[in-house]
Amino acid sequence: MNEKKMRKNRWQTVIFLLIIIVLTYLSAAITSFNFVDGLATIPKAIGWMFSNLMVTQETLDKLPTILEKLAETTFMSIAATTIAAVVSLFLGVFGSKVTKVNNFLSVFARFIASVSRNIPVVAWALVLLISFGQNSVTGFLALFVGTVGFLTRAFIESIDEASQSSVEALTATGSTYFQIVGKAVIPQCLPQMISWVLFMVETNIRNATLVGILTGTGIGYTFDMYYKMLNYNVVALVTLCIVITVIVVDLMSNYVRKVIL
Amino acid sequence: MSLLKVEGLEKSYTADKQILKNIHFEINAGELVSVIGPSGAGKSTLLRCINRMVEFNEGKIMFNNHDVGNLNKKELRNLRANIGMVFQHYNLVPRLTVIENVLHGRFGYKTTLQGLLGRYTEAEKERAFYLLEKLGIHEHAYKRCDQLSGGQQQRVGICRALIQEPKLILCDEPIASLDPNSSKVIMDLLKSISTEMGITCLVNLHQVDVAQHYSDRIIGLNKGEIVFTGTSHELYEEQINKIYGSKTEDLITA
Amino acid sequence: MEATYIKRKKDGRIHIKSGNKGDRVLRSTLGVLTLLTFVAFLFFNYAGLELGSAITETAYNLKVMFLEPALSHFSLGEAIYQVGVTLSLAFLATVIGAIIAFFLSLMAATNLAPLGLARIVRVFVAFIRAVPTVLWVLIFAIAAGLGSEAAVLGMLFHSIAYLVKAFSEAFEEVDKGILEAVRSTGGNWWHVVKSGVLPSTFTYLLSWVFLRFEINFGVAVAMGAAAGAGGIGFDLFMASSFYFDMREVGFITYAILVVAILLEVVSTRLKKRFFPATSD
Repeated sequence: MNEKKMRKNRWQTVIFLLIIIVLTYLSAAITSFNFVDGLATIPKAIGWMFSNLMVTQETLDKLPTILEKLAETTFMSIAATTIAAVVSLFLGVFGSKVTKVNNFLSVFARFIASVSRNIPVVAWALVLLISFGQNSVTGFLALFVGTVGFLTRAFIESIDEASQSSVEALTATGSTYFQIVGKAVIPQCLPQMISWVLFMVETNIRNATLVGILTGTGIGYTFDMYYKMLNYNVVALVTLCIVITVIVVDLMSNYVRKVIL
Repeated sequence: MSLLKVEGLEKSYTADKQILKNIHFEINAGELVSVIGPSGAGKSTLLRCINRMVEFNEGKIMFNNHDVGNLNKKELRNLRANIGMVFQHYNLVPRLTVIENVLHGRFGYKTTLQGLLGRYTEAEKERAFYLLEKLGIHEHAYKRCDQLSGGQQQRVGICRALIQEPKLILCDEPIASLDPNSSKVIMDLLKSISTEMGITCLVNLHQVDVAQHYSDRIIGLNKGEIVFTGTSHELYEEQINKIYGSKTEDLITA
Repeated sequence: MEATYIKRKKDGRIHIKSGNKGDRVLRSTLGVLTLLTFVAFLFFNYAGLELGSAITETAYNLKVMFLEPALSHFSLGEAIYQVGVTLSLAFLATVIGAIIAFFLSLMAATNLAPLGLARIVRVFVAFIRAVPTVLWVLIFAIAAGLGSEAAVLGMLFHSIAYLVKAFSEAFEEVDKGILEAVRSTGGNWWHVVKSGVLPSTFTYLLSWVFLRFEINFGVAVAMGAAAGAGGIGFDLFMASSFYFDMREVGFITYAILVVAILLEVVSTRLKKRFFPATSD
C-alpha cells in the first residue's frame, strides 16, 4: 500500500467516524436523549430490579395461570412458525432463481416476502386486532405474516446456495420439475431450513410477548396486567418463566442443529 | 449409421458474441470422442445443446433418428433419459446417500408421483448396486456423498448416468477437478464403458495427451468453430497450435 | 451368493436411506413440530372470534389502508419527524450497542480471552437475549421514566446480545497465524486486537452493525406502539387503536415500509460487498 492510498484510507476513516458522531448527536437531539442521564439510569435500574423483581412465596400461587398463558403463547408461536414455514417453502421454491417456475411467480414471491417482512409485526397485529378481536388468532396471524416474509427470504437464500448443480444434473436425466424439487432441492436444503424454523420459533416466542401486550392475549397480556397493577413480584415471575422457556427452546434447537447440520 | 449428427449448429447468448459457429460433426455408436479446446471455446455449450440444457439458435441435431430441436416436453424428457451426463463438479446431492444419488438416474423413466414417493423397483436397486460394485464403490453405498473423495464422487456420477441405460454419455470436463490417479481411473472407466458396454461417450477435455490416449476421435474447438476432426494419430503439433492458438510447450508449462 | 454390503428390510426389499442419527433427529423434529402445531389449535383462546366477518372486515380494512392512505390527525412534516425519531432511537441503540458489544465480544471470543471469562460472558448474553425487548423497555421505564432513555436502554440490551454473538464468532474465525505473528513480535493483548484482529474483521463487523440497525428500526417501531416510546410506532398505535383511522394506518405503514425497504437494500448491498462468498 502506498503513501497516498494510506492517507486516503485514514481520511476515509476520519470522515466515517465524524459522520457517526454527528448522526449520534443529531439522534440524541431529536429524541432528547441524555447520555449522562441514560448512563446513570443503568445502575439505578439494576438496583431497582434486584430490590423489586423478586419472586416471593405468594406470587407462586399465580404460577398455574402464568404457565397456562405461557403455554398458549408458546403453542401459538410454534403453530404460526410451522404453518408459515409450509407457505414459505412454496414461496421459496418459486422465488429462488434456481428452481423458479417463471419470472412472474419469482418476482411475485419475492414481493410478498418483502412486504410482509418489512411491515412490522406490530402493524399487522394492530390491524388484525380491530376485526379479529382479543384472541389467539389475532396474534397467530400477525406472527404468521411476519414469519412468512422472513422465512421466504431465508429459504430462497438456502435454495440458491445449495442446489444449482444438482438441479442441473437431475434436469439432464430427464427428471420432472417436482421430482427435482422434491428429491434433490428439498433434501439438500431441509436441515438449513429446519435451522431457520427453529430460530423463528424462538424469535416468535419473544415477539408473541410483544404482540400479546398489544392484542391483550397470552403471556404478554399477563405481564402487562401485573405491570400496570404495579405488582412487580408477579412481573418478575412472568419474566423468569419467559426466559426459561426461551432458553430451553434455544438449547433444544442448538442440539438439533448440531446433529442435523 | 451415426448415433448423433450435428449440422450447422449456431448458438449465441447475446447478439454480439457468438459462442458456436456452424458446427458439423457425426458420432457413431460405441465411439469415444473428445472435444478439446481452450476454455471459453464453447465446449460446455456444445455439449449442453445436445440434450437441450441449452437451447441452440440455428442448425439441426439428430440423435438416434430424432430431431432434437423439434421435441415436445414429453419427448424431450425421453431424450434426456436416453442421454447420461457427467459433470466436472459431479453435481450430486451431497446430503443424500450414494445409492439414492445413483437412483436419481431413473427419474427420467418415472411419473412425477413415482419419483416423489421414491418408488424404485427392486430390480432398479439391484442394478444400482451392481453398477456400484462394477465401479468399485459399493462399500460406500450408504455413505453421504459429501463424505467421499472427488474420484469416488465422480464414479457415483458415472453410475447415475449408467443406470439411465443411455445410448450416449456426455462428459463435461470429468477429470478437471481430480488428481492424476483418480483421473486415470475415471478415464479408464469411460473407455471401458464405450468399448465393453457399447455406450457412446462425448467427452470435453482440456488435457491434449489424455484426449490422444483415450479417444477414438478428437474434435478441436477454437472460438466456437471446429478447427480439427480426426483420430488421435492425425493430431500433430501444428493442429494443436491451431486449436489452442499457441505452442504446445506453452500449453504444458501453463 | 448375496453381497453383504446390501442392507435389506425384513421383507427382503433393499434400503436406500442410511438411517443415521442426523436423519432420525431431522425427521423427529419435523414430527414434533407438526404435532405441536395441531395441539396448538386446541390451546388457542377463541374469545369473541367471528371468523367470517373478521376476514371480510380485515380485507376491507387492508383495502382502505393500502389503496386510500391519507393523514388526518397530523401533518406530513410531523410524520417525517416521527419517522426521524424512530430512526434516531434505532441509531442510538445500535451505535452504543456496537461499542459495548465490541468490548464484550473481545471477552467472549475463545481465542482472545480466557475460557472461563468467555463462558461467563456467553451465559450473561444468553440471558439478556431471552428476555423480550419490550420487557426490557418496560422495566427500564419504571426506573428511568417513559422516554427515550428507557427505549434506547431496552433496545440496547438486545443489540448488545445480538452483536456480541456475531462479533465473537467473527473474532474466532481470525487466522491463528495472524495472532501468532503479532504476539511473536512482542505485542501485548491490545496490540493483538488492534493490529491483528481489527483489520481483518472490521468491514465484517460493520455490516453486522448495519444489519442490526435494520432490525432495530423495526424494534423501535414496536417499542413506540407497545411501550409508548414515541416515534412513528406510537402514531401507528394511536391511529389504529384509538382513532380507528385505517387511512392513517395505511399512510404510516407505507412510511415504515419505505424506510425498511431502503435499509434492507443498503444492507444487502453491504453484505454483497463484504461477504462476497455467501452472496455469490
